[in-house]
Amino acid sequence: MIPLSHYLIVSAILFSIGTAGVFMRRNLITILLSIEIMLNAVNLSFVAFGRYQGNVDGQIITFFVMTVAAAEAAVGLAIIIALYRHRESLNPEAFTSLKW
Amino acid sequence: MPESLLFYLLSGVAIVASALVVGQRNPMYSVMLLIASFGALAGLYILLDAPFVAVAQIIIYAGAIMVLFLFVVMLLNAPQEDAAEWDRTHPLRQPGVARFGTALAFLLIVQLAWALLRAAGSSQPVGARGDAEAVSSVRELGRVLFTDYMFAFEATSVLILVAMVGAVVLARRESDL
Repeated sequence: MIPLSHYLIVSAILFSIGTAGVFMRRNLITILLSIEIMLNAVNLSFVAFGRYQGNVDGQIITFFVMTVAAAEAAVGLAIIIALYRHRESLNPEAFTSLKW
Repeated sequence: MPESLLFYLLSGVAIVASALVVGQRNPMYSVMLLIASFGALAGLYILLDAPFVAVAQIIIYAGAIMVLFLFVVMLLNAPQEDAAEWDRTHPLRQPGVARFGTALAFLLIVQLAWALLRAAGSSQPVGARGDAEAVSSVRELGRVLFTDYMFAFEATSVLILVAMVGAVVLARRESDL
């Protein structure tokens, strides 16, 4: 049987990768993808903790996280489309002014 | 033991695919690699006696959300990042800073792993407590979702409605007003 800590370490590594992606990438779509990686890392620890406790609450919270991720992706991509129409760029450095 | 072998294989695929997502300059490949990472995570959920979460992961994440991302990448004909300009101007690309940042990131992972391995009870097998049959049953999942978490479930439907209206309003052209 695999110990709980191994699942948590996989989750921690995935979360660190996602955080690094948010800070390093210069492309709005890749930044949103990194946020999805972080949400998935948290999902993995929720399910692992839920199994460890022997109840289904961890899985239920995972469903809510998935719903929020779907809503976040829809709104985030709509914002990206609106920004791209104005500036023809996906580089976050292009969106430094509050008004244009 | 085949189960632990499967665990390390799936974790390895998830971690390598996620690292490549962050390392890619072409968003198209990033989305494809992230689908592979989500597939490996679905395998981990099955190992954790959560088959319904695994199926939802494939259908919602790999199916719906990633298709939405692919759609936007293709719609915008998204340009790749300009590597040369990025190397020249980005503060994190200066050699000293980059080495320091990488060292800090590895230190974070090592520290987290050390803390997690020392935490009380973390060395116990994950499936020791509880009945695998009860935890993996969709009937039990539905019962808890529609009794204990009823309010959160209904609030989620409002959230989806708000997100839908928001996405339509944000992506609309100014001339359509």
